[in-house]
Amino acid sequence: MKQISNDVFPKISTGIDGLDEVTGGGFPKDRPTIVCGSAGCGKTLFGIQFLAKGISEHNEPGVFMSFEESKTDLAQNVRSLGIDLEKLIADKKLRIDHVQFERSEIEETGEYDLEALFIRLNHAIESIGAKRVVLDTIESLFGGIDNAAVLRSEIRRLFRWLKEKGVTAVITGERGDKTLTRQGLEEYVSDCVILLDFRVIDQIATRRLRIVKYRGSTHGTNEYPFLIDENGISVLPITSLKLDHKIYKQIISTGLAEIDGLFSKAGVYKGSSILVTGSAGTAKTILASYFTQESCRRNEQTLYFAFEESPEQLVRNVQSVGINLNPFVRSKKLIIHSSRPSLQGLEMHLLILYKMIEQYKPQTVIVDPISSLISIGTAGEVRDMLVRLIDLLKIKGINAFFTSLTHEEGLDQKDQTVNAISSLADTWIDLGNIKQDNQRVRNFRVVKSRGMGHETETRQFIITDKGIKLLGTKENSENNKKSK
Amino acid sequence: MPKEDKYELRLYVAGQTPKSITALKNITKYCKEHLEGKYSIEVIDLLKNPQLAEGDQIFAIPTLVRKVPEPIRKIIGDLSNEERVLVGLNIRPIPKNNR
Repeated sequence: MKQISNDVFPKISTGIDGLDEVTGGGFPKDRPTIVCGSAGCGKTLFGIQFLAKGISEHNEPGVFMSFEESKTDLAQNVRSLGIDLEKLIADKKLRIDHVQFERSEIEETGEYDLEALFIRLNHAIESIGAKRVVLDTIESLFGGIDNAAVLRSEIRRLFRWLKEKGVTAVITGERGDKTLTRQGLEEYVSDCVILLDFRVIDQIATRRLRIVKYRGSTHGTNEYPFLIDENGISVLPITSLKLDHKIYKQIISTGLAEIDGLFSKAGVYKGSSILVTGSAGTAKTILASYFTQESCRRNEQTLYFAFEESPEQLVRNVQSVGINLNPFVRSKKLIIHSSRPSLQGLEMHLLILYKMIEQYKPQTVIVDPISSLISIGTAGEVRDMLVRLIDLLKIKGINAFFTSLTHEEGLDQKDQTVNAISSLADTWIDLGNIKQDNQRVRNFRVVKSRGMGHETETRQFIITDKGIKLLGTKENSENNKKSK
Repeated sequence: MPKEDKYELRLYVAGQTPKSITALKNITKYCKEHLEGKYSIEVIDLLKNPQLAEGDQIFAIPTLVRKVPEPIRKIIGDLSNEERVLVGLNIRPIPKNNR
């Protein structure tokens, strides 16, 4: 009956974005998988999504046996994620059986087994031809029954039964003190164990997923951040750091002819990354907006992640220097996504970035400022995350433009994270704001630009209502002073 | 007979297993002794009617359910301990010497 292939372990899609990549194809087919984690880590949703996606994407009906929440509660909880359980039930694609037990109304005397539970489950499976089963959380039975020995042997029998039944099962378990699940269920299911973690670091909640065990299969061993949003759970698969991305020879404009002129190729390479550093008020966002405008003019889908301003505010502010982004926002060429850096953990931001990149498939991405992300994580992990983001953009050949806020002291004082990004950036522009003759003078310096020559002199510039204007080289600025 | 004196019991089994047979034997015996004339026992075989398990929230076999009088009480197991069953069903035992 079952197909036996010599080298490929049969797997089944998990229905969770990114998890199939991490597990090399999904859960082991027709076997139970344990998903464990502490309260509130998203176990139940994990199970529901596994079933809902199984129905919508693979037309595989599913049974959800709930030992905790009622049908109504479950339906309510996932409605906001766009999953309509009532409809799935009405369509005979899903069955929810809520196993309720009231400790106070149950008495035990003599021998018994849990055959009725098997009958219920079997009935539910047969009635809709289910291929997927979720048991959430079977360990609750330990609170309803005194005889733990019977319960243990019956749960063991149930797992065997599920295997024989040929259904792929997800069994959720509460995290125990010394064991992965409170009752050590992981000892019974030895094929695949996934641990969900929910912790708060520096007051920011982060969710992580780890594959503890996956017998007979290779799998990622890292902790992967995951996100719960209006589309359910998604895992951020981390791309391996390889330097084999596509290389473009094409040159694109930065959006300002005068700045293009500072590079020997009259622009920057397509698909490269540009970093603009500078202290507060050095016109980083204006430069980013030029780049944005130019990208939109090339008719490229452009994504602008703003961590300091709302979309309206950004559009209004750059309008004052003659950059009009409005038409592009209206035509949806430009998508501006604003969010507060402190609203969620770094992974979440990156996951959102990642998801939006997948959704809109932009040719240009602007992150303004990337330093906002730096402030919400610890140095090491932030670095890794940013490296991954830049890596992702490079692999996809996306033009990347990052701004980064630095302190007044200048380049020497920059923190390690900025150094880390700057080593990944292909072009680095540093903006300054120095005091001179009782007035602030803005200056502009190309620190590096890979694969081309560039102006090495620090140039001064002014901002007018027509935009940025570079002042000439030394002689010109002398003239400028005289004319003043 | 006042309604509250009537006992409606249901015994859930799954086929003719030794545990189920013992349970039925036990509960019939206790009822005859203590509830003569004011009880009914309905045996439900879940192998024949699996859909009935969900309604009464049955997960163990055998399970005895006291439907009436309310509130619902459940006793799981082969009912071998008479005292526990009587306490569980809230039946006042009739002392042996009174019979």
